[in-house]
Amino acid sequence: MAGSMELPTKGGFSFDLCRRNAMLEKTGHKMPGFRKTGTTIVGLVFTDGVVLGADTRATEGPIVADKNCEKIHFMAPNIYCCGAGTAADTEAVTDMVSSQLQLHRYATSRESRVVTALTLLKTHLFNYQGHVSAALVLGGVDVTGPHLHTVYPHGSTDTLPFATMGSGSLAAMSVFELKYREGLTREEGIALVAEAIRAGIFNDLGSGSNVDVCVITKGNTEYLRNHELPNPRTFVSSKGYSFNKGHTEVLSTKITQLKLKPEVADGDAMEE
Amino acid sequence: MSRRGDWVYENNGGTCVAIAGADYCVVAADTRLSVGYNILTREHSKICELADKCVIASSGFQGDIKALQKNLAARELLYQHQHNKRMSCPAMAQLLSNTLYYKRFFPYYAFNVLGGLDSEGKGCVYSYDAVGSYERTGYSAQGSGSTLIMPVLDNQLKSPSPLLVPARDAVTPLSESEAVDLVKDVFASATERDIYTGDKVEIVVINKAGTRREYIELRKD
Amino acid sequence: MSIFEYNGSAVVAMVGKNCFAIASDRRLGVQLQTVATDFQRVFKIHGKLYIGLSGLASDAQTLYQRLVFKHKLYQLREERDMKPETFASLVSSMLYEKRFGPYFCQPIIAGLGQDDEPFICTMDCIGAKELAKDFVVSGTASESLYGACESMYKPNMEPEELFETISQALLSSVDRDCLSGWGGYVLIVTATEVQERVLKGRMD
Repeated sequence: MAGSMELPTKGGFSFDLCRRNAMLEKTGHKMPGFRKTGTTIVGLVFTDGVVLGADTRATEGPIVADKNCEKIHFMAPNIYCCGAGTAADTEAVTDMVSSQLQLHRYATSRESRVVTALTLLKTHLFNYQGHVSAALVLGGVDVTGPHLHTVYPHGSTDTLPFATMGSGSLAAMSVFELKYREGLTREEGIALVAEAIRAGIFNDLGSGSNVDVCVITKGNTEYLRNHELPNPRTFVSSKGYSFNKGHTEVLSTKITQLKLKPEVADGDAMEE
Repeated sequence: MSRRGDWVYENNGGTCVAIAGADYCVVAADTRLSVGYNILTREHSKICELADKCVIASSGFQGDIKALQKNLAARELLYQHQHNKRMSCPAMAQLLSNTLYYKRFFPYYAFNVLGGLDSEGKGCVYSYDAVGSYERTGYSAQGSGSTLIMPVLDNQLKSPSPLLVPARDAVTPLSESEAVDLVKDVFASATERDIYTGDKVEIVVINKAGTRREYIELRKD
Repeated sequence: MSIFEYNGSAVVAMVGKNCFAIASDRRLGVQLQTVATDFQRVFKIHGKLYIGLSGLASDAQTLYQRLVFKHKLYQLREERDMKPETFASLVSSMLYEKRFGPYFCQPIIAGLGQDDEPFICTMDCIGAKELAKDFVVSGTASESLYGACESMYKPNMEPEELFETISQALLSSVDRDCLSGWGGYVLIVTATEVQERVLKGRMD
């Protein structure tokens, strides 16, 4: 019972509350849903690198929880990874692998390889038999050239010239199947990825808002956050809603002054 | 009762709003028709003009909505032939309630708001559940975005308690253009957060001059 | 009924100009029965950092106690307060640790960071962080709050206007939710002071 004793944790999951939660479930309480990234994520290989793309909507059932979230996660300076599925899982799994890659780089003094990231991801996901529900598009350029992979929640992987994932994957794939060819230039690659993401944004309700793009070439990575903003708010009330001071009935007020930061008179301020 | 054991309905999403004023009524609905994560069409009208001063906006299962609105329109036509006048809005409100309750154990999967002018020319809004319970209110929202819209309408238009004696008018204090502006704004807000609301809002304004229809664009994602 | 709806709650935070506000309702219920009307869901971590915990009340209190404990250890070790970003990561990793047996809490974290830059953030019950620049909501009234905030929020509000806006958004939202309400509790935090207000709301 490391959790309840507040001993330093050794890492890994804690199953302390599982028995209690199972009991609650048996008494008729529904277990809650988690925040999902309904998501369209894509990637493609062009002449000298890979382009990754993602929409920016996170949903909780039929409600948009985040209108501008980041779904292209950092793995290594030359490797990025798009995540679909349960938001916490994609975030955690990419963070974990990213730090493992960093440690590996410290140990080997070499640039990370995409296959290393891929193997770390798939072993983790396979170990949890699909319960860690992360569907990923992994892309990067290493010493062996540009690579693009998809990773499924159960740990199976694909190696592809172009890939889509998430609820908008069919919409995006239809664009790729129509227009992808070998030997795309960088600009053509970005345009095609953006078009595929837009197809997901407009035709899949789980995807929406903006287009994020990430271009990785040999020795250079460009993260184009909010590359396109095709969905501005369409109407803003001319007079807005303004509430006058005293509009809300207040029962009691307590005001606490905060201590100001002590100014250091001479010498350097202490490094925080 | 459903003859099949399984769920025979589908939810096609969409949001309907109606606001009653002193001499006008605004009825609005978005034009998106969707199921699951798919958009079926971006221009499907949820609003039906049943009589010259009475319109209905419905969300829920499109098949049931179509059947219900067709049924009501037919009944209104019969009424015209029998009584040589158009049906009033309060009469249509009662008819709609009866029509819904008639199918109490295999309901129309439709959430309706009825808006129009009453016999004195005042704006009226009637709000329903799926089996015909109804109430005359000053404003109402129904459908997938209603939980997002209702608090804003409450805040801006707060109606007097129905328990007050003598009963007070439920009409809102806003002018017609202010009410239309409010409707546009609540739809734009609901579209930001509800995935089933979007594409366009269709706004029908009923006043003594007649009915006017306008559209504004919403987000299409 | 979802376990999130067992006690009922509504928490919201908004960003203003060099300030932020965090507000919650005051109801503690057991399903439809109200048990207390002065329940705290917004907790202080330090002068410029607050956490609102919606969801199951027992988990909210447990989580709060663990967080205070961890923050105190941090203070002793580092001789400084935690930055909001750091604290958010702490909460996130504590929640994700229990990925397969979660706490039934949806936290909202609001604080002033370095240079008194406001920071707000929410998570689901397994620690998926969502950073926002405008407002964040959670609890049983979250849908109503989304609608209300989406309409009423304006960027760069001064503390007084921010207070009115967040209060109106909270009150009109909880009035449309059976499981939250019974007054409101609002905190407005600027670089120099903390204003703590208890709102009058419908008690039904």
